[in-house]
Amino acid sequence: MSDKLMPKDFATSQEVRWCPGCGDYAILKSVQKALADGGADPANTAFVSGIGCASRFPYYVETYGFHTIHGRAPAIATGLKLANPELDVWVVTGDGDSLSIGGNHLMHALRRNVGLKILLFNNEIYGLTKGQYSPTSRVGTQSPSSPAGSVDTPVSPGQVAMGCGAHFFARGVDTDKVGMSHVLQQAHAFVGTSFVEIFQNCIVYNEDVFADFTERKTAADTQLHLKHGEPMLFGKHNDKGIRFNQDSWSLEVVDAMTSPDEVLVHDEGNAVVARMLIDLHMPVAMGVIYRQPAVSFEDAFYAHHPSRMKRKKSVRDLIKGPNSWTVD
Amino acid sequence: MNRNNDLESIVIRIAGDSGDGIQLMGSQFAVSTALAGADFATFPDYPAEIRAPVGTTFGVSAYQINLGGGPITTAGDAPDVLVAFNPAALRVSLPMLDKGALVIVNNDTFTARNLAKAGYNKDPREDGTLNDYQVVAADISHLNLEAVKEYGLSKSEGGRCKNFYALGMLLWMFDRELPSVQEWINRRLAGTPTMRDANIKALHAGHAFAETTELSANLSQIRLPTADMEPGDYRSITGAEALALGLAAAGELADRSVMFCSYPITPASPLLHRLTHLAELGVGTFQAEDEIAAICAAIGASYGGMIGVTSSSGPGIALKTEAMGLAISAELPLVIVNWQRGGPSTGLPTKTEQSDLYQAVYGRNGDTPIPVLSASTSGECFEMAIEATRIALRHMTPVILLADGYLSNAAEPWRIPDLSDFAPIATNPVPESDESPQRRAFTRDAKSLGRAWVTPGMPGLMHRIGGLEKDINSGHISYDPANHQRMTDLRAAKVDAVAEFIGDQLIEQGPDSGDLVVVGWGSTYGPIYQATRRTGVSFIHLRHLNPLPRNLGELLGRFDKVLVPEMNNGQLTTLLRANFRVEPVSFTKVTGQPFLIRELVEKIEALRGEAA
Repeated sequence: MSDKLMPKDFATSQEVRWCPGCGDYAILKSVQKALADGGADPANTAFVSGIGCASRFPYYVETYGFHTIHGRAPAIATGLKLANPELDVWVVTGDGDSLSIGGNHLMHALRRNVGLKILLFNNEIYGLTKGQYSPTSRVGTQSPSSPAGSVDTPVSPGQVAMGCGAHFFARGVDTDKVGMSHVLQQAHAFVGTSFVEIFQNCIVYNEDVFADFTERKTAADTQLHLKHGEPMLFGKHNDKGIRFNQDSWSLEVVDAMTSPDEVLVHDEGNAVVARMLIDLHMPVAMGVIYRQPAVSFEDAFYAHHPSRMKRKKSVRDLIKGPNSWTVD
Repeated sequence: MNRNNDLESIVIRIAGDSGDGIQLMGSQFAVSTALAGADFATFPDYPAEIRAPVGTTFGVSAYQINLGGGPITTAGDAPDVLVAFNPAALRVSLPMLDKGALVIVNNDTFTARNLAKAGYNKDPREDGTLNDYQVVAADISHLNLEAVKEYGLSKSEGGRCKNFYALGMLLWMFDRELPSVQEWINRRLAGTPTMRDANIKALHAGHAFAETTELSANLSQIRLPTADMEPGDYRSITGAEALALGLAAAGELADRSVMFCSYPITPASPLLHRLTHLAELGVGTFQAEDEIAAICAAIGASYGGMIGVTSSSGPGIALKTEAMGLAISAELPLVIVNWQRGGPSTGLPTKTEQSDLYQAVYGRNGDTPIPVLSASTSGECFEMAIEATRIALRHMTPVILLADGYLSNAAEPWRIPDLSDFAPIATNPVPESDESPQRRAFTRDAKSLGRAWVTPGMPGLMHRIGGLEKDINSGHISYDPANHQRMTDLRAAKVDAVAEFIGDQLIEQGPDSGDLVVVGWGSTYGPIYQATRRTGVSFIHLRHLNPLPRNLGELLGRFDKVLVPEMNNGQLTTLLRANFRVEPVSFTKVTGQPFLIRELVEKIEALRGEAA
């Protein structure tokens, strides 16, 4: 690619058909920008999705794209990545697609560390099927299938990831261009499975479910943007920090002005702190929460195929087996 | 001594506890027999429970070998020789024997406790149960332990050597050579020199014992003629081995790598195991987290330009059906192997059946036609794997290849084919044109209707595919009603087009018209071949089940009666009725055991009697 591609070069001719005001529009823009900024080669990039609103995504990105079946995108993407490890393979999924019907495949992609960039659009609701509660819906969510409020405890995408042995977990908010740009760049560059939870606002069925921490006016006080090696500071004037409470074994907010030494410094490789950051409620942790590089599945797979899956021998050489005989 | 009036073959059944290493012994015997030039076939029969309680009838594992000089196509009917390692094995196997058969029993296991576990009130060696048989009672456990004493093994390690002790006995009885078995033990147990030496010792001791005791006299009359086989190089092969080599050969013929994705299931796993050894042939294996992931990863690999293959048995195939629909819709090549077993649900995992024909031909949501092939013999799994891949790549469609549990494990002598006899497998080229990549990806070959295989990584051809209906021209998503009709018709026409390439159905043997034709498919080939050979009636065996060969209807019309034996409740019969104006006589068997030749002969004779 001699000419640098622009975000618009990653848009297709297809009319985007999400609901007006859907958070997916902003995510699409951020991804197209991340592809352009990252110098992605459209011919060497593939988006694989399952079923759901989020899974329409591949139709709108001018790369290769495969809109598959409900929940199975990580499995299909794994086969694709094995067949051609040179490809940049992205998986776009939703909370129902990846944590309900496809939970098993997400789990195994994460623990294998397959070279996939998995973008989870979490809106805590089923959109495409018209608003039923999802596995990330909070207890009490009223929906067509739970008019009296849902009773099941929601799953935490981040804790699922950590439990599965994920090596990269990050978070962003659909409309936060700066935060998304950073997170997508990091996810793109990671070797192995990068799992990104994007808080996505479903304007029709679950509007403003994340408003308590995504509202622009208050975001500085409700979001903690993590950077490796930097203190965990937030607030309009970076006047608040996060410290570890040794009595309760939990994270808590501290006044960074009066107790600057108590503020934790973010270490992406610390799995214990990562788990606590995932559960932190106010502020909500954003950015790369956990990153622990390890050999990718495809690299380990090909280590057992020194010929890179190329034929080294003919069937003719092996077909006889050790015990053949001749009949004259 | 053979009740099948089939003097050229001898059937040996070796039975014991599933933990006794029975399967190992049987397969080794098959190899050594093949090396001596006799035609043979094997039929394993092992319990679903891994290591069921010792000494019980449901823990009995057995291996059956048909040994002889004629064209042997089944593992035999009633055994001529039974080796029973314990009372339970005797109790389970004895009803299968005809009077006059030779029974070798292991005296050491005939304790009061084992007799009770097997359900014997009295010792069958003494109460007249065995009066009608030739009996060789030997202290096999004890003799074997004595033989291997010098190696200082534990009792259980030493005990396992008794398989080779008994094998030594049998090899002597049937004039077989020791060196090939010994060489095999050397290779197989190279890492454990003590076990290796002990087993070799046991083998020789058993051989010597048979030679120097009276039991040799019982079988001294037996001399096996060398089979009258077509000249060429031969080897022993199971269906799993042949299918593995066939997939690798298909990759070579198509000049593509093969990515095999599966989840372990009985009796399909041997194929996965075999393929892990074929990396040098450009074959990769991926053990997925479940059946759905297995087919999905295979689809992903096909999307990426490799030949995606998945394999399972009925229950696993059921889980894969939604993904098959995706491959049909997205028009990606895929080979799906089904090693059928007894159903429904978990059914009879280790027993054979051919009851997934409806599932293969009809079992998906929507109008989702799929080519269906079946392999008739272990060796034929090789060429059917190539044929399935050829169809998948030519028509850009998933293809189902039906095999079964019997074929997976059964060994037969196989004339090693020359790869040069197989035409290269072609793929549809990407058309040079100024049209959009989306449209170019769905440009079709006029005859096969297969589309171009455009894969990520190809410059300038970025496009989108998926399970939503697409416009027949542009390849973009389309909800247009008339377009859906056209696409449904196109998918049907594409599978129908397979028939243009597969050639006419041939008659296996017998006259090309007459009063009766027997129509079979799959692993019933062996017994049907034998039964029709003996009765002289015509035999048609189907390898293509969807679409059926173009001339099949006309061919069936030449016969007054059509007999369809199958190991299910009449599925091919239904398929034939649905496609042709025939009213076949259905002859079914779902006991988990293959047809006996004589069952078929009786049925054929009865039908002829009606006609006369």
